[in-house]
Amino acid sequence: MSRIDDLFARKNPVFIGFTVAGDPGIEASFGVATTMIDAGVDLLEIAVPYSDPVADGPVIERAHVRALRAGTTPDDVFGLVRRVRGYAPALPLVLFTYYNIVYRRGADRFFAEAAAAGADGVLIVDLPVEESGEVAPYAARHGIDRIALIAPTTSPERQHAILREASGFVYLISLEGVTGERDRLPPNLTGLVGAVREKTDLPLAVGFGISRPEHVAAVAAAGANGVIVGSALVRLIEEHAGDETGMHEALVTAIVTLRRGLVPQSRT
Amino acid sequence: MKAGRYGVYGGQYVPETLMSALIELEETYARVREDPEFSRRLDWYLHEYAGRETPLTYCENLSRDLGCRVYLKREDLLHGGAHKLNNTLGQALMAKFMGKRRLIAETGAGQHGVATAIAGAALDLPVEVYMGEVDTRRQALNVFRMELLGARVVPVASGTRTLKDAINAAMRDWVANLRETHYLLGSCVGPHPFPRIVRDFQSVIGEEARRQVLEREGRLPDTVVACVGGGSNAIGIFYPFVNDDVALVGVEAGGEGLESGRHGASLCGGSVGVFQGALSYLLQDDDGQALETHSIAAGLDHPSVGPEHAMLKDSGRVRYEAVTDAEALAAFRRLSRTEGIIPALESAHAVAYALRAAGDLDRDDILVVNLSGRGDKDVADVASLHGGVA
Repeated sequence: MSRIDDLFARKNPVFIGFTVAGDPGIEASFGVATTMIDAGVDLLEIAVPYSDPVADGPVIERAHVRALRAGTTPDDVFGLVRRVRGYAPALPLVLFTYYNIVYRRGADRFFAEAAAAGADGVLIVDLPVEESGEVAPYAARHGIDRIALIAPTTSPERQHAILREASGFVYLISLEGVTGERDRLPPNLTGLVGAVREKTDLPLAVGFGISRPEHVAAVAAAGANGVIVGSALVRLIEEHAGDETGMHEALVTAIVTLRRGLVPQSRT
Repeated sequence: MKAGRYGVYGGQYVPETLMSALIELEETYARVREDPEFSRRLDWYLHEYAGRETPLTYCENLSRDLGCRVYLKREDLLHGGAHKLNNTLGQALMAKFMGKRRLIAETGAGQHGVATAIAGAALDLPVEVYMGEVDTRRQALNVFRMELLGARVVPVASGTRTLKDAINAAMRDWVANLRETHYLLGSCVGPHPFPRIVRDFQSVIGEEARRQVLEREGRLPDTVVACVGGGSNAIGIFYPFVNDDVALVGVEAGGEGLESGRHGASLCGGSVGVFQGALSYLLQDDDGQALETHSIAAGLDHPSVGPEHAMLKDSGRVRYEAVTDAEALAAFRRLSRTEGIIPALESAHAVAYALRAAGDLDRDDILVVNLSGRGDKDVADVASLHGGVA
């Protein structure tokens, strides 16, 4: 059983944290990852920094910029994954990347290196199902789950097409827009989770805009199997630039607080 | 060929959140192309409002000097001063037919932003234009023009704070406001169906030029030249000639020279990659990060190029050359003096290539240069480069 399958079989719902590799620096990034894991992240998404992250809002875009300024390369990202894998042997790790990084390296090599480093899944944010045939054989060859995205605007027909290709878990985008914290989540979340739930047995995790314990609780109540928090954590790295101790404390506090929104559910 | 592909290039490399909008756009575009009411209204705007057709001007002085027959396709005389309005009127009208209530656009030098502001004013649609913060300072006059035309200009402070970041910001806005907003992309770049839509709306340039040169000369030209940034004016004039026995030359921004690394020539000096929704040629590093670009012409200062150009390069149907800042400046001055026409610095790249290539042409050879825009916008910059001495 894969680490992702095992996690969702054991725990429901799960708490997924997001960090940009190399933010605020290559070495410091390892500390961020371990702090997040120690604070209670069940699955870690590690983003590969990219020059033009169009799906991301300003907070995460600035993290990409910081990581690139620190000189972070895909080699460094795989190095980070390898170290995190050593630190947390059972914790599922998902690489979050824009497609040109994969294309430039060659999909076969990218997935091979991801697997060798200890990643369990890869989410290519700008590779919709129409184009994903380009990487499918390589993900399969190297035993990597391809995490698929479904948006509120995805038609039922496309949901079916996406779910046929998906493995690991499904990333449901909660709202129409880019990543970033919002005051409130859209009211139709339960409808979205329910509509996708009818079409798949894969675990469903909800992300985009989640920044408060009540958001986490709402996602869990909507029937999702996981909640993904990105910008609300990434922002703390920016706010505590130059104060590593303060940054780690803030990350721990945020994760512990947000996790309180998670009430264990029986997996249905 | 797969829909939305030009050879292997093009495609739809966008986040899932944008797919429904692209699908809607594709469906609407297929519908309006068949709608006689759409064609009738677009024709009206192009002819009665924008001033089409534009002249094909025979350049007597330049032809004498260069020893061949030089024509300019005068997109500089289109309302707004550049070819950009062909596309913005087409897409703004399409947005109306789609029931959209708001236009957004990106702009580099400001020409596409101005053209979108004009189309929005004419068609009564509010316009917001994303513009890199650096560009808002470099092109303050165009910011004022857009505001005068009723558009709101949003400075973009992320990334390199130039055109590519303005596109990123516009895409982010679009993702968040799909239902009411049309993203009026200004060049033949981005995900399908944008490269196709922009090419179709710009093809009026080549259709007219082809007819005009046949009327005038009784035959097709030997060579057609156009500058290439994203590539919309070039694809517009090339496309109707693609199946003819006519040499087509696209001229990229050589900046300080290809070997300097400071240029905007993605076809001459780049490699294949995925950028802003399409597979095409791209200026990138070994890891796939987009590189900073440079050109004296802000409209050519972009790390990628439309996917159809990538295909035309590989097939050899179009030859792509690079012209340096210095050559473009020399052409800017020369056309101004010899013909009394001040070209946009972008278009001056095409003129510069014509000056360079003329030595290889015969007296009867016909050369058509797409003069994609007028140079008034660049006069202040060029004056400062020369210490105010023309």
